[in-house]
Amino acid sequence: MTTLRNLPAWARWPLYVLAGILLLTIVQSISDTGRLTAVSTSREMLRWAVPIFLAGLGGLFSERAGVVNIGLEGMLILGMWFGAWGSITYGPWAGLAIGMIGGGLGGLLHAVATVTFNVDHIISGVAINILAPALTRYLSDELWASPTTSPRTQSVGDWDVPFLAGGTIFGWESPDLLKSIGDREWWYLSDIAELARGLLRGTHWVAIIALLLVPFTSWLIWRTRFGLRLRIAGENPQAGEAQGVDIIRYKYIGVIISGILAGLGGAFISTELSGLFQGGNSAGRGFIGLAALIFGNWRPGGVLVGALLFGYVFGLDLKDLDGTASHALLLVNTVALAGVAAWALSRRRTTDAILATILGVGALAWWLSAETVPNWWSNILPYVLVLLVLVFFAQRLRMPAADGLPYRKGES
Amino acid sequence: MRKFLFAASAPIGAFVLTLVISSLALLAFGSDPLAAFGDMLGHASKLETQVDILNRATPLYLSAVAVAIGFRMNLFNIGVEGQYLFAFLIAAQIGSLVALPQVLHILLIMVVASAVGAAYAGIAGVLKVTRGVNEVISTIMLNLIAVSGFIAWLQQEWQAEQNQEQFTATTLGTKPIDESGLIPHANAFLEIFTREIGQGKELTGVLFVAIAVGIAYHLLLTRFRFGFDLRASGMNPFAARAGGVPPKRMVVAAMVLSGAVAGLIGLVELADEAKFPPDPIQGLGFAGIAVALLGRNHPGGMVFSALLFAFLDVSAGILQNTQAATKEIVNIMQGIVLLAAVVAYGVTKRVQEREEARATAAALRAEEESSTHEGVGA
Repeated sequence: MTTLRNLPAWARWPLYVLAGILLLTIVQSISDTGRLTAVSTSREMLRWAVPIFLAGLGGLFSERAGVVNIGLEGMLILGMWFGAWGSITYGPWAGLAIGMIGGGLGGLLHAVATVTFNVDHIISGVAINILAPALTRYLSDELWASPTTSPRTQSVGDWDVPFLAGGTIFGWESPDLLKSIGDREWWYLSDIAELARGLLRGTHWVAIIALLLVPFTSWLIWRTRFGLRLRIAGENPQAGEAQGVDIIRYKYIGVIISGILAGLGGAFISTELSGLFQGGNSAGRGFIGLAALIFGNWRPGGVLVGALLFGYVFGLDLKDLDGTASHALLLVNTVALAGVAAWALSRRRTTDAILATILGVGALAWWLSAETVPNWWSNILPYVLVLLVLVFFAQRLRMPAADGLPYRKGES
Repeated sequence: MRKFLFAASAPIGAFVLTLVISSLALLAFGSDPLAAFGDMLGHASKLETQVDILNRATPLYLSAVAVAIGFRMNLFNIGVEGQYLFAFLIAAQIGSLVALPQVLHILLIMVVASAVGAAYAGIAGVLKVTRGVNEVISTIMLNLIAVSGFIAWLQQEWQAEQNQEQFTATTLGTKPIDESGLIPHANAFLEIFTREIGQGKELTGVLFVAIAVGIAYHLLLTRFRFGFDLRASGMNPFAARAGGVPPKRMVVAAMVLSGAVAGLIGLVELADEAKFPPDPIQGLGFAGIAVALLGRNHPGGMVFSALLFAFLDVSAGILQNTQAATKEIVNIMQGIVLLAAVVAYGVTKRVQEREEARATAAALRAEEESSTHEGVGA
């Protein structure tokens, strides 16, 4: 364990992923489902994870600058509408840009309320979450004569990776390596290939952009002067002010970027996933993004992991009509809870260990006593997962020190 | 009087701003704002519309009180939405299973609704004090579990049932409750003051429950130790703790109380439908947050804001009939009035603080001067 922790992050994370897939493979080989490692599962995972991740990354920019942003959901909804409208009027790429502007305007509103007028961050966020769907209903009704649906939008499309997932290069169809491995049905190897193929075939351009944002954001936040100043606005604005940093400006920038990213996530939902604007299609993904932000401990890589985790559960649920995959997931939960219990014991956190054991035994008993799980369980599972993660890890997380606190220039 | 005007300036300013912005939004799409507002006001003067407004204001007020109890100690119960829908569902289910005399039946349903709401909100309170989980996130998740998870699934099931067995829509939802379990309407009460209510409109009897809850909330804040502790914890948790208020117990108690009030919201629809319908009214919990903020968590202030929001909601139906404007404009007005009001409250609070500081400084200076004069005189 110590040796594993000494490895650099780029080597450690792939190992964690491989271990996770191994667990899924083992569980799958003793249950009646092939869906845990199917191509469709990882594809759906990515489709769900992208907007969650973008919203969470938006939250990161805002909260690193010290402004709590629960208005992400509203900004995502603005992005959905403006993205759809832009895509219909000016074409797909312009749609994404207009969606980002729409979300950014929501961010600007939040910044004006919280930074300039010092309105409580949660209250302003709630107001934006009420205002945004109302605005989109009004605009839809005026423009498309229906408060909840738009005409079809255009998509910027997707891309198959050549050689690995059979993409074409200049009209020549390259071999589909992962498919041939997946078709061999080799134990474990084929499972890895299937999951990887779901990510690499039909990959939305926006998903690729989103993934590139992880290293970019890490670099921006931790390695540049801009990032340092943004962070000091969220950690200790008075100290930053004493250093001559224009805190108000950085808070504005952080919150507006957060709206822009949530807007991109929304535009992705309407133009790429559903192909039209539909009220209620956000499905709370702005809120889940907030949970991913907390899960990821306010770090870009962590937000991505959180988004993929929640996306996996959502994606699995979507294709799991008979409840067998969700049933198998109970066993995965059991193993994960056992891991949490062991970890808590090694840290001498007895309460955590007992709690995890009780929940783990419960999941195991359920798995043993039933062949399938009812539909409502897979419906609520992602949200239960968010709660469980917070229950066990909330106290280990560290949010920016001045996150959510009011700031006035010249006052301490 | 001056103090009152000062306090009223923020909501009035916010309302004027809302009228201006929504007029611009209407003009932008070629509607006549004067005609639209005229239609809204014209209908609101009719007794039947007023009954509609009261029927809508009742759940909004209950929702706002639920939210306000949390706000009073800086707890954000975003989860009223999930709490009331869950409470509504389970109270309707249990109410349909029993046969009791009227008073007992109604009481049982109310107690069950309250208890379910309290328990569901209590989860967030317990998670906060034992595990350090922020109540904003946990109540949002509990909302999603109740609404997007559980009730959405139930609706799908009902829909499938309907498709399979050729049920009509009226049989969907939970089993109907006997007449004895329904809170009777209060038309007779209103007709003491007015003419007879026409168009088959019924004033909800839950209005009296809401009034009682409002009075209880007022008494709680002003007359009881618990209310004092609640406010003290909200203003300064450290001082309250030093004064012997157990912070953890207060968090759980406030969440439970908030949820207990939230559980009552569904009673209005329950009395009307006699069951949990397949498409219950949603969004009352979120609207309650807006009503509480607009009414500044004050038992009287929230009466005005609940009536305003109810008026706007009811006006949506009127605008749809008269075609003077898109009915969605009322939702925009609600959102803007909320945002404008919280900004305006912030500004007036700042002005007030500044004025107080200036007054104190002036008083100090006067005192200093008079003491130096005395010094010279001696």
